[in-house]
Amino acid sequence: MSHNANTADSGKKGGISFGWILHSPLALPLIGLIVVSILMGFASENFFSVSNIMNVLRQVSIVGILAVGMTFVILTGGIDLSVGAVMALAGTIAAGLMVNTGLPGWIALLAGLGVGMGLGLFNGALVAWGRMPAIIVTLATMGIARGFGLLYSGGYPISGIPSWISWFGIGRVGIVPVPVIAMVVIYALAWVLLQRTPFGRHVYAIGGNELAAKLSGVKTQWVKLAVYGISGLTSALAAIILTGRLMSGQPNAGVGFELDAIAAVVLGGTAIAGGRGLILGTLIGAILLGILNNGLNLMGINPYMQDVIKGAIILLAIYIGREW
Amino acid sequence: MLQLTGIKKKFGNIQVLHGVDLNVRAGEVHALLGENGAGKSTLMKILTGILQPTEGTIRIEGEERKFANYDEAIEAGIGIVFQEFSLIPHLTAVENMFLAREMKNKLGLLDRRTMRARSKEILARLEVDLPLDVPITKLSVAEQQFVEIAKALSLNARILVLDEPTATLTPSEVEHLFKVMRELRKQGVAIIFISHHLEEIFEICDRITVLRDGEFVGDCNVSDVDNDRLVEMMVGRRIENSFPEKPGPRPGAKVMLECEEVQLRKNGPVSQFELREGEILGFAGLVGSGRTETALAMLGAFPATRCKVLVDGEETRFREPAEALAHGIGLLPESRKEQGLITSFSILQNISLNNYGKYRKYHWFIDLKKEMAASEAAMAQVRVKAQGATARVDTLSGGNQQKVVIARWLNHQMKVLIFDEPTRGIDVGAKAEIYQLMREFTAKGYAIIMISSELPEVIGMSDRVCVFRQGGIVATVEGDSINSEEIMTHATTGRVQNVA
Repeated sequence: MSHNANTADSGKKGGISFGWILHSPLALPLIGLIVVSILMGFASENFFSVSNIMNVLRQVSIVGILAVGMTFVILTGGIDLSVGAVMALAGTIAAGLMVNTGLPGWIALLAGLGVGMGLGLFNGALVAWGRMPAIIVTLATMGIARGFGLLYSGGYPISGIPSWISWFGIGRVGIVPVPVIAMVVIYALAWVLLQRTPFGRHVYAIGGNELAAKLSGVKTQWVKLAVYGISGLTSALAAIILTGRLMSGQPNAGVGFELDAIAAVVLGGTAIAGGRGLILGTLIGAILLGILNNGLNLMGINPYMQDVIKGAIILLAIYIGREW
Repeated sequence: MLQLTGIKKKFGNIQVLHGVDLNVRAGEVHALLGENGAGKSTLMKILTGILQPTEGTIRIEGEERKFANYDEAIEAGIGIVFQEFSLIPHLTAVENMFLAREMKNKLGLLDRRTMRARSKEILARLEVDLPLDVPITKLSVAEQQFVEIAKALSLNARILVLDEPTATLTPSEVEHLFKVMRELRKQGVAIIFISHHLEEIFEICDRITVLRDGEFVGDCNVSDVDNDRLVEMMVGRRIENSFPEKPGPRPGAKVMLECEEVQLRKNGPVSQFELREGEILGFAGLVGSGRTETALAMLGAFPATRCKVLVDGEETRFREPAEALAHGIGLLPESRKEQGLITSFSILQNISLNNYGKYRKYHWFIDLKKEMAASEAAMAQVRVKAQGATARVDTLSGGNQQKVVIARWLNHQMKVLIFDEPTRGIDVGAKAEIYQLMREFTAKGYAIIMISSELPEVIGMSDRVCVFRQGGIVATVEGDSINSEEIMTHATTGRVQNVA
């Protein structure tokens, strides 16, 4: 008992101390990020240039935003496999509405957000009240969303959208790309939601012990509905950036992105069984993945080999982090 | 045939068996009796090699044996049918009986024909006929039990332990089981039979061994004792815990909660009771008698077929505990780790879990300062001993964990608190504190339902007691009738009213 108190004190006494970082769940993801960055810096001299860093962050933004919703879902002990497909459908419908019906662009974008959130709530309702396993529900939704996107567009990209939409994908404020700003804002909001609201505590409580949360009076089903709704919403937000970048609605976009989003969450130190993890960890995890992609590209490594290396690094990271 | 002598067992510092003897002869049905926690299960785990005794010897046919594990006990001819079956639900009876020792033919494939024939042979020995080719889940509970027994016999068991086999059976199934037991007795198998239902003991058993609080009380022939004598042996005279004084009934106390009917299962018994302001209503009964389920049904956490509850005279049906909380009814569950606490949370977070309505700023956000202040005040009120409010809750002792769960309910406008096994796994000192807290609550006008398997606790704390048996309330006792003989008699022989 007294031993615990001492270690806690020693962190505060010595002026500025970084001791808390070592005890934080962020320690391992941060160390991983630093180690990989240094390695990449040695391998490629361009790596640490400002333009390359901005480039990496911009590339990270879409998976990074998907991973925010995924973090909420995984913290409750669930999973959402539908994020990539929902993103593609939301983008395709938004683009389709702009091109085919002549709706003002911003209304079409709002409609896209509605589609994403609606599908998320659909997942959530089935998981919470239908008592169906999340992995199956969202796998089915993944198929449904992908199929609708292809049906709606006939399988072809929908182009010809208003040119100002591109601001979301490739615009800049100063030197900072708009998608990076969007990502940072979304992470900040997620942090507030998770750390400073009753809802956030309930998310962690459900992942920690759903039965105890329910018996103490937490409305567990509504909380679950909400986390899947959030995941659908972040998928649709990612869709706006994607649509702006590609200047079209792409029904085939985002295949496999759900796996990258899950990898970012897990690399960020969130327990896959739920209850433990930090949204900041997910950001670090997403950037770590982005750096790997970027660095391996800069080194000119065969793309097929890149997948093998990334997979191995994820396994290694989870092996190292499995204790806490 | 089987002789256990001077068996002692310690878990850490707690002595659970203080030198127990058990002598079982071939071809007899031997009852092992005692209240919950008397040490029956521990003794059976020692017999079957799952636990090792701290002291004492096991002899089979005069020869001293030591079992390092369950497999060695099976090897020596001991079979056990646990209360919770160890069958694989989706496999057939035959597949279950030969699990992990499947017979193979010359090609190394399963020799299904031989296994099937062998199963049939064993079941015939029990004079039981049941479908062999359907998944176990399609069989009745009794049939599943016969499969378990057959499995033990297929391993050449000569000593068979049946741990509360009748708890989940219907009367006609019990009859069938007894027929099988008589058949086995004729074949010279020694059966150790654990049951809380005394009339069953008189019907089927030859001899009895009684345990109480880990002590050996005695053994005797069934024909030498009667019902009252057995209850007395089981309950005995014991050192009473220090319970706070009962304030006695309040004149004109209003009814806070009236349960007009609860039916847990279709065709099961229907119970009713009422709960008055400032009283502790005990729910007594054996494990599995429906006490917890009844409480959970009222909160909307157990799917009862019927549940009609009046709160302050108004009919309500809660769909989930959150709705019960809004009406001022809260639960302190039986298992703190599984149902009560978020073990990865701090004390603070566990207390505030259902309290966030009260400390917010800007409507949406948690007011961290108020949260800390309120939680620390609640901790002080129930006297949680810990490093601080931010300590992780899994570092606390059982008693302090229970206090954290209690603290969660302090800041609500509660009317009814349901304590399920409030002192399980808690040391004596902390127990007294929890009892004290419960009385402080009732003094404030709360009403408490206390579910407990510990008879002294029920007697020492309750103003009135509902006694449960087989899924329903069989009797409600108050005043001087709250004594161990009365409660045990109702709990073991009381009759429930079955309503279609």
